[in-house]
Amino acid sequence: MRFYGFLLRLYPASFRAEYGEEMRRLFARRLREANGPGDTGALWLATVLDVAVSAWRTHADLLRLDVRYAARALSRAPGFAVTAILVAGVGIGAATASYSVLDHVLVRPLPFAEADRLVDLWENDTLHGYGRTELSPANYRDWKSASRSFEGMAAFTNTSVNLAGEGNPERLDGVLATPDLFEVLRVRAALGRILTEADGRTGAEKTVVISDGLWRRRFGGDPSVLGRKVLLDDAPHVVVGVMPPDFRFPARSVDVWTPFQFVADDFADRGDCYLKCVARLKKGVSPEQARTEMRLVAARLERAYPKENHRIGATVLRLRDEMAPQARLLLVALFGAAAGVLLIGCTNLASLLLARAVGRRKELAVRTAMGAGRERLVRQLLTESMVLAFCGGVLGVALAAAAGPLVTRLVPNALPIAENPPLDLRLLAIAAVLTAATGVGFGVVPALRACRDCAGEGLQEGARTGAGRSTERLRAALVVAEITASVILLVTSGLLLRALWKLQRTDPGFRADGVLTMRTALPSPRYEKTGVRQNFYDRVLAQARALPGVSHAAYITTLPIAMTGGIWPVIPEGQPDNGDAETASLRFVTPDYFATLGIPLRAGRDVSRADTGQSLFVAVVSDSFARRYWPGENALGRRFRFGQAERTIVGIVGDVRVRGIERESEPQVYLPSGQVPDGSLVGYTPKDLVIRSSVPAGTLVPEVRRIVAREDPLLPISDVRSLADLVASDTASRRIQARMLAAFAAISLALAALGIHGLLSFTISQRRREIGVRIALGAMPRDIVEMVLGRSLLLAGAGALLGGLLGLAAGRAMQALLAGVRPADAATFAAAIGLAAAMTAAGSLLPALRAVRIDPVAAIRAD
Amino acid sequence: MQDSESAPELSLPLPPATFHILLSLCEEDRHGYAILQDVSRRTRGAVKLGAGTLYRSIQRMLEQGLIEETTERPVPEEDDERRRYYRITPRGMAVARAEARRLAGLVELARSSGLVPRRV
Repeated sequence: MRFYGFLLRLYPASFRAEYGEEMRRLFARRLREANGPGDTGALWLATVLDVAVSAWRTHADLLRLDVRYAARALSRAPGFAVTAILVAGVGIGAATASYSVLDHVLVRPLPFAEADRLVDLWENDTLHGYGRTELSPANYRDWKSASRSFEGMAAFTNTSVNLAGEGNPERLDGVLATPDLFEVLRVRAALGRILTEADGRTGAEKTVVISDGLWRRRFGGDPSVLGRKVLLDDAPHVVVGVMPPDFRFPARSVDVWTPFQFVADDFADRGDCYLKCVARLKKGVSPEQARTEMRLVAARLERAYPKENHRIGATVLRLRDEMAPQARLLLVALFGAAAGVLLIGCTNLASLLLARAVGRRKELAVRTAMGAGRERLVRQLLTESMVLAFCGGVLGVALAAAAGPLVTRLVPNALPIAENPPLDLRLLAIAAVLTAATGVGFGVVPALRACRDCAGEGLQEGARTGAGRSTERLRAALVVAEITASVILLVTSGLLLRALWKLQRTDPGFRADGVLTMRTALPSPRYEKTGVRQNFYDRVLAQARALPGVSHAAYITTLPIAMTGGIWPVIPEGQPDNGDAETASLRFVTPDYFATLGIPLRAGRDVSRADTGQSLFVAVVSDSFARRYWPGENALGRRFRFGQAERTIVGIVGDVRVRGIERESEPQVYLPSGQVPDGSLVGYTPKDLVIRSSVPAGTLVPEVRRIVAREDPLLPISDVRSLADLVASDTASRRIQARMLAAFAAISLALAALGIHGLLSFTISQRRREIGVRIALGAMPRDIVEMVLGRSLLLAGAGALLGGLLGLAAGRAMQALLAGVRPADAATFAAAIGLAAAMTAAGSLLPALRAVRIDPVAAIRAD
Repeated sequence: MQDSESAPELSLPLPPATFHILLSLCEEDRHGYAILQDVSRRTRGAVKLGAGTLYRSIQRMLEQGLIEETTERPVPEEDDERRRYYRITPRGMAVARAEARRLAGLVELARSSGLVPRRV
């Protein structure tokens, strides 16, 4: 019988109270009537089954009833319902969307088997302050053979290749890799095979593995592509494999993977560094252990090659940690802000529910009096909160999905992950639970307290202080928390905006407007000879300059910002080469480049068509270069060793931010395109075409395409964009983040205003009688307004003070993102506090007016 | 769950337990245990309602207005006062009739398809 009593506990308490006793008696009677143990057993079995099914159904009945009741109750208070759902939805949406990115970019393992064992290896050049530099083939070979921490180690370098034949020529991002790259990553081809050691042998037939995207786009997803020959930079390559759609390495833009075929010469120069290195740790070896080992390996190599490897160490980083710390910090800040919005949303919801609970004391008291048990009331209130949380969750998902395209732009290009973060359902669940918990904590508990307090008194007229006062205090604390959080958000987003403005005002060193850029990479061996390339440049540039509206046109290796590396050691005349030379960036240009970009020529001359391999090797250097080596002297005519030859300075130009707006750049050296040695420095042959014109790009681009196609129909044109776009892209993710943060701040401000408005309205309705008495006793409208505003100012002041302090701390934490704007930036703080004050005023206005309009007679008589 | 004012047809089809309880209460007011016994007797032991199913059905039928609790006791002196008696309402009667018609229609359909032997 005791077991039956236990079974009965599976039913809702209200059902048990109603029928439990009868069911117990009924069961006891049946038990008595049972004949023998067989009958009793059957009865028990049937009873357990019966209870399991009907208890569950009774709960479902009740839930259905409560949902209907909640829907009716909420539809009677549409203002409350809509506000609560909006508040919950915005919070859930913001948190879900930004956490999805955070999780996608920072948390989730990369899409490789046992990705936590994958690391990147870099050289570090402590002498010049570079933490991560690429390896030379010789150092890679020696690292690989000397280290014991790794299961495998592969090297690769990013390339771009022209794909020709079968349709329009196309410029593709590619990777040249040691064939074991795929083994190290533990990936298989979806079709055909991955690269094997045989593909990497010197003289082997050239092979290529292509991406799923290229396969579908270019070859229509035709499996017979395997074994077909395609022209990559004019050289035939056999397609041996197609990778699966989710394989992206090292970045999602890569479409072709080709094997290195090293020859002995490649290992000759330890200073020729162009390899990136990825390795798989052995099981049980931590990145720290690998780091320690690699440090020893590098030290041994330094002893063996004291000149080439002078102060060259090794850096071991988890593949996941490749992301720039700044980008990481921005994402974390963004998520923090979204969490803030969610928190403010929950606070607001709590405040709304508290007010509602107090407002419903009478209704609850009536229902208690009519015999509704505590459990029924709790269940109902719970259901109501859940209905609100559910609707808010649905709205939140919709908002998060709508924010998708914006959020996508925050996923860094350089990680081997998909562009679109999946909408994260785990977070959605967390956010929903949080909202529901808020609903429970602040909706049910106060309601219960209220209905316990007033089981009797609630029905009495005028019973409205007690629970109301403490609720009011709680709500006041919530409002202060809301204002605090929104001031923090205002301060941080304000700081980021200031940083963005500052960066956008930064002079990149050139005039970006009115310049069109595009890339036409000249493939070897057709364009191996410098003379052939020079002819191509001459003809294309001459025709481009002849176009209406075009004032200047030139070619350069690669545009600043588009490529940030390309640095070489500089050895000024008369100094020994002891391996610790400082570096400068190297670019080859055609004449007219400086005029095209509006880079000022300070002294001397531009490079000229007459600067060829047969004439004096000359260089145009930037201001900072001249200052570094010949401070206070005339640098013209000085000589230095750079880029495999001795150069003489013939011109000095303004500095350019090669590494992007936010970073300091090395000094720049420009060499004439006619002095690229034949068949050497292939990566540095000019390929970016720049044209300054007064006509819109839309009309210019087709003309230029025609010119290039006339000169070489097999040459693809890529990266067509304005220089201004290129500069803007440098700060694009910052812009989006600053905007999102500003949007979050605006939302939180609106929510806080709503919170203040709600609280004051509630206070005033609670104190209606008191205010009525005051008015009756002769209080002027001004006194009443002062009373209401005084209270809101107190709350706002407390919130602003707290928010200001915490905002300062938050600003300090994200100092790295502020591009030199001080965390205690006065203008930002003034604006944030000003906005908070305006928000307080806006939130207080209506309640104050309502208080003034209270009719004393009606207010006093109402009780 | 239907409103107690809607047409009886809208409550159909009835869950079997509900129909059995209505049939049992058509005859006379009964308490829970009596309903169980009656249903079992009528169906010659084929339908044995469990207590849980019975009282859940009763709760729902009360809400739907198909039955009501009654304070009258058939034989007051020999009855346990704690027992609650249930009585079918006019609406319950109408719903039970509608269900019976529906079932009869089904049987007719089955008969015309030759599934049920015609009574001679």
